[in-house]
Amino acid sequence: MIMRENQLIELIERYLGGEMTAQEREDFEALRKNDASVDAKMAEHKDLTSLIKQYNERVKLETRLNAIHDEIDVHTLKEDLMAHPSWIVQMWRNHHSKISVAASVAILAILLTLFVTGDLSNKDPRFQQLKADVEGVKRQQRQLGEQQKNIYKTVKTAPVTNAKFRGTGFALTGNGYIVTNFHVVNGGDSVYVQNAEGTSFHTKVVYTDPAYDVAILQVNDTSFKNIGPVPYAFKKSKSDLGELVYTLGFPGDDVKYGPGALTGASGYRGDTTEYEVYIPVNPGNSGGPLLDDKGNIIGVINGKQTQTSGAAFAVKSRYLLKAIQSIPSDSLTKSINLNTKSTMANLSRTKQIEKLRNYVFMVKVYNQ
Amino acid sequence: MNNQLNVEIPSDSEVIIGILNNSDSVLKKLYLAYFPMVLQLIVNNNGDEDEAKDIYQEAIIVLYNKIKRGDFELSSKLKTYIYSVCRRLWLKRLKQLNRYAGGDIKDFEEFLPVEEEVERHEERDLQISKMGEALKLLGEPCKTIMEDFYMHNRSMQDICERFGYTNADNAKTQKYKCLQRLKKLFFQQ
Repeated sequence: MIMRENQLIELIERYLGGEMTAQEREDFEALRKNDASVDAKMAEHKDLTSLIKQYNERVKLETRLNAIHDEIDVHTLKEDLMAHPSWIVQMWRNHHSKISVAASVAILAILLTLFVTGDLSNKDPRFQQLKADVEGVKRQQRQLGEQQKNIYKTVKTAPVTNAKFRGTGFALTGNGYIVTNFHVVNGGDSVYVQNAEGTSFHTKVVYTDPAYDVAILQVNDTSFKNIGPVPYAFKKSKSDLGELVYTLGFPGDDVKYGPGALTGASGYRGDTTEYEVYIPVNPGNSGGPLLDDKGNIIGVINGKQTQTSGAAFAVKSRYLLKAIQSIPSDSLTKSINLNTKSTMANLSRTKQIEKLRNYVFMVKVYNQ
Repeated sequence: MNNQLNVEIPSDSEVIIGILNNSDSVLKKLYLAYFPMVLQLIVNNNGDEDEAKDIYQEAIIVLYNKIKRGDFELSSKLKTYIYSVCRRLWLKRLKQLNRYAGGDIKDFEEFLPVEEEVERHEERDLQISKMGEALKLLGEPCKTIMEDFYMHNRSMQDICERFGYTNADNAKTQKYKCLQRLKKLFFQQ
């Protein structure tokens, strides 16, 4: 049977529209079965007419969306949502000429001072590492003791139990691995860590990397219980200048929070393994964690420059990870599985600190 | 941010039910709820507000069609889904515009892999816009006849009266000719 195409289209439309009688339906289905071209024609027709419908629906939906969109004050919204550069960057943009002049004057003044005091010619400006050296206090105590002896004439000396050095450390994992600075534990006989509640645990130094100023401790005290997975992640990539950062540490007996910003991509004397940070740190902050806003560890605080007040340095987390990777496996009795996802990303700073404080320790080093 | 603008965030199930029922108010709530999130993504990644509008509307269309097809599972949050689609669309757009600097884009939310879905949407979208072009080229009275018959489901009798054809057969012949032309225009593109 030869059928003209317009007749076929009409049949297809009647079939699809359900307008056929039972007999017509049967005939048409038989035709489709016998002639593949009829079936193909029907599929094509269906596609095409469905596209016409979809196009119509799309136009209608777009009209609705545009009407809604027109009610939004996009301009104001945009102003609110632009990521504003940190105040340091803004200040630089607005006042860089003034700052440059001020900086030149300051540099001149420093050079002049150094020249006058003779420091320029013979001595390196010393870089003060932040372990609290209690030696001075001890000496004074001894003197006091001597005076007491002279007064009472009784000689009884107790063993010196003061911690010689103090610093900060933080947990790598929940199972007792803690990182601090090499310079904090260097030269110590025994190393203890003390948690936020004031309980101390004996630790063993399992690895040191003087190049990156990293030391890994393992708590080997039977009273120590697993403290659960750490809430922060260890960032592999580098962080950007101007990023808001903070640290938690033990410059004294209580844990202290220090807020700041990342101000330099390299550390003391252009050391690319470190960041420069503008953060209030004191002796005792050494070995503390440097975290970004999302709760990622981006570095380990390790020093403060004496000349430029405010500038501190932190070993980049990349090098911490490098150091961890190079620990010989036979030095480890448990595995170090580092957390790769911060569970604090959406928390406010205060909530982050609350979580964090259980994972930051005071490191006490004794040398008898 | 949302408090500031007094935006009410509709629940995910409210949106799904609303869209299935063609509710204008729910569509509006949905649109207003997540536009700021997408604007933030685009303007902080090399785009402007008009591009944000384009990308966002495309994502809403993807979501709308997905819900209409009945295959939106509540396993992911609407917010995450919309963000993921916009992120994917924007990455593609940046590459097309040669504005992509490489590396990561600045993210503000969690996101899911939606590459395949976006791919499928774009294929479909291409077909639909080809149809739009074909209809525009078709000219009158064919365009109106096609729209009346295939979009608005008007009967041949109605169409016959509207265009003043003397009988339904003439109208049918005319409709057939128009359809053939439309088909030709569609496949030519």
